[in-house]
Amino acid sequence: MSGFDAEASVVLTHAVGLHARPSVKLTKLAKTFAAKLELAAGPAGPWIDAKSIVKVMAAKAPQGTVLSFRATGADAAAAVAALVALVERDFDEGEGTAEAAGTAHAANP
Amino acid sequence: MSAANVGIVIVSHSPDVAKGTAEMVRQMVGDEVPLAWCGGDPAGGLGTSVEAILAAIDRAWSEAGVAILVDLGGAETNSEMAVEMQPPERAGRIVVCNAPIVEGAVIAATEASGGAALEIVKRTAEELSPA
Repeated sequence: MSGFDAEASVVLTHAVGLHARPSVKLTKLAKTFAAKLELAAGPAGPWIDAKSIVKVMAAKAPQGTVLSFRATGADAAAAVAALVALVERDFDEGEGTAEAAGTAHAANP
Repeated sequence: MSAANVGIVIVSHSPDVAKGTAEMVRQMVGDEVPLAWCGGDPAGGLGTSVEAILAAIDRAWSEAGVAILVDLGGAETNSEMAVEMQPPERAGRIVVCNAPIVEGAVIAATEASGGAALEIVKRTAEELSPA
């Protein structure tokens, strides 16, 4: 028994890695769940609070990192699935978008 | 929702720095957080003005409170003066964060966007600055 209600791992494919903007997106999404949510940038940890923007940014996970998530709580499964999906979607930042081109999201909603 | 989120005020000596910081917050975090910035002295040079800070606090005002991010010296002292000049009903609901202005604003806004209380927003921004 792992002691967690949900666990999953996913390869970080985003070209720049877990830099500032993806960290903000991941943390904001994590905060929408009640479950205790942790992530690790390696099999040995350390496990950090996925809702802590400071800790997630400080992890500085580069492209190719296997990100692991684990969660405890009623919505743990949904939380882990949502975070994995966000990483798999490259944080909704396709190549050639504003992030890559350095141009502003002038109309960012 | 945004009415319940802590507001963010950015106070720099330079209007360009303040505006650019606000743009980073809007692009990286989004629109869920009330946000205002001010910078420069009334004559158009570098500096900060209590009046401009008071107006920025009004624009970013939220019932959950307002966290102010500042750069150097006068930005901090003028912000503290602006906090002291607030009406009594706002007492204790406006804080100046001891954090780097750009990073602190993005971090504070990220925390605020999740509905965190003012004290948590401030503490999280200040986690950036090693004691």
